[in-house]
Amino acid sequence: MTPQEWFDHLVATTPEPFWWVMGGVIALLVVASSIGAVLARSRPGATVDNLVARINAWWVMVAVLCACFLLGRIATLVLFALASFLALREFITLTPTRRGDHLPLCLCFYVAIPLQYWLIGSGWYGLFVILIPVYGFLLLPAVSALAGDTEHFLERTTKIQWGLMLTVYCISYAPALLLLDIPGYEGQNLLLLLYLLLVVQISDVLQYVFGKLFGRHKLAPSVSPSKTVEGLVGGGLSAAAIGAALWWITPFTPWQSGLLALLIVLCGFLGGLALSAVKRSLGAKDWGQMIEGHGGMLDRLDSVTFAAPVFFHVVRYGFA
Amino acid sequence: MLARLLVGIVRLLVGAYPQWIGSQPIATRRVYFANHASHLDTMALWAALPPVLRRNTRPVAAKDYWSRGVRALIAKRGLNAVLIDRQRGTSEGDPLEPLHAALEAGDSLILFPEGTRNAEATLLPFKSGLYHLAERHPDVEFVAVYLDNARRSLPKGSLLPVPLICTVRFGAPVVLAAGETKAAFLERARNAVMELA
Repeated sequence: MTPQEWFDHLVATTPEPFWWVMGGVIALLVVASSIGAVLARSRPGATVDNLVARINAWWVMVAVLCACFLLGRIATLVLFALASFLALREFITLTPTRRGDHLPLCLCFYVAIPLQYWLIGSGWYGLFVILIPVYGFLLLPAVSALAGDTEHFLERTTKIQWGLMLTVYCISYAPALLLLDIPGYEGQNLLLLLYLLLVVQISDVLQYVFGKLFGRHKLAPSVSPSKTVEGLVGGGLSAAAIGAALWWITPFTPWQSGLLALLIVLCGFLGGLALSAVKRSLGAKDWGQMIEGHGGMLDRLDSVTFAAPVFFHVVRYGFA
Repeated sequence: MLARLLVGIVRLLVGAYPQWIGSQPIATRRVYFANHASHLDTMALWAALPPVLRRNTRPVAAKDYWSRGVRALIAKRGLNAVLIDRQRGTSEGDPLEPLHAALEAGDSLILFPEGTRNAEATLLPFKSGLYHLAERHPDVEFVAVYLDNARRSLPKGSLLPVPLICTVRFGAPVVLAAGETKAAFLERARNAVMELA
């Protein structure tokens, strides 16, 4: 196959709605970048600089995601495995660990991540859902105990478990959507993943925008000073509306699509809040500085960690 | 080629993000001296430098440890290391001679003056080599560097690094004052590294 044929093949195997959604996302980014450029000229300052950096990072993230979707299932799994890897790296960096944690940590990075994503790739649902919550849960503290260091044993074990559950188990539920067998929706599961990511991220962005424009009442000032009631309600409802309007890329009716989007928004919000609290208790403001303007990988995926598993199970129960 | 591969692996595993606090990444002859807790230290510091500086910056490594097998390949081919004898008196002449030669040839060096990988959080007393280099090369900048998290990632005695974000903090140059004693200079250099912690 020549590169040209290969590319044509990739394009031909991608469902058509994908191109419409991507066109929409790119149009949105063009508008956002234009607004950013105007603001940078009329009201220069740190907030606008951060806004422009965020929008630029969005271009990169959309490009990477788009490329992986085009390349198909395996590329998408590899992308999410890498995201889990980087997120876990951020989590463990902020978590105090001791010499005795070395082997359990190596197991998390070098065994748990590849195995979890391999299980998705091979379609082994039964083991995928229990690998980390059952076998990881039991095995990791046992390995720690073999190292013989009992100082703060429970705290250390708990933190490693939390990191692994959030960054590997929960995030892996997003690409696990590819596993679902939905009657009448065969071969289009990537669009369901796209729907989840779009709703989660648009909700984050709109909550930020509504909060900046209309935010008066802080929701949880000690946990996340930027979250406001106005941001949550305005951003959340708009994101749910956008979710409803995207029904044609999902197996849902418009009403179902709107309600599921609302569920995603709520879970995402709770995820952002809970992870902010974890971050504070670890004494940090951002998880990292990988993504310019956004912070770390986990700052971008915190909402996904809560939204993905819930969305997956609701869809699996109700539609598959 | 090997060097680029090594930098790629180090970036993926430990990030090796530089923070230039007291100095800037400019092309001038330097001795970077840092705390030493892990095999990752050399690679992390080296990977944190911009590629232009990396080309002329050579890590200093112990000959007894780094001259066999895979280690030799990494040290020689990958990092272009300067190997020195740790055991004084077993060889003829000044053990620092290869370092003087490298500096005189226009290269920069990466040095771990504690002399060995240290398992504790506080720094060991510095070996005197740093002082002798400073005395003989007054026009070279001696930049203090602190490596964070490398110990947690790959502690002494373990084979596999845990992926953790390591930051590499570059401090201000330490200049040997006129008439300063060896002990005073080494203590000042050690404090300069600890201040970055």
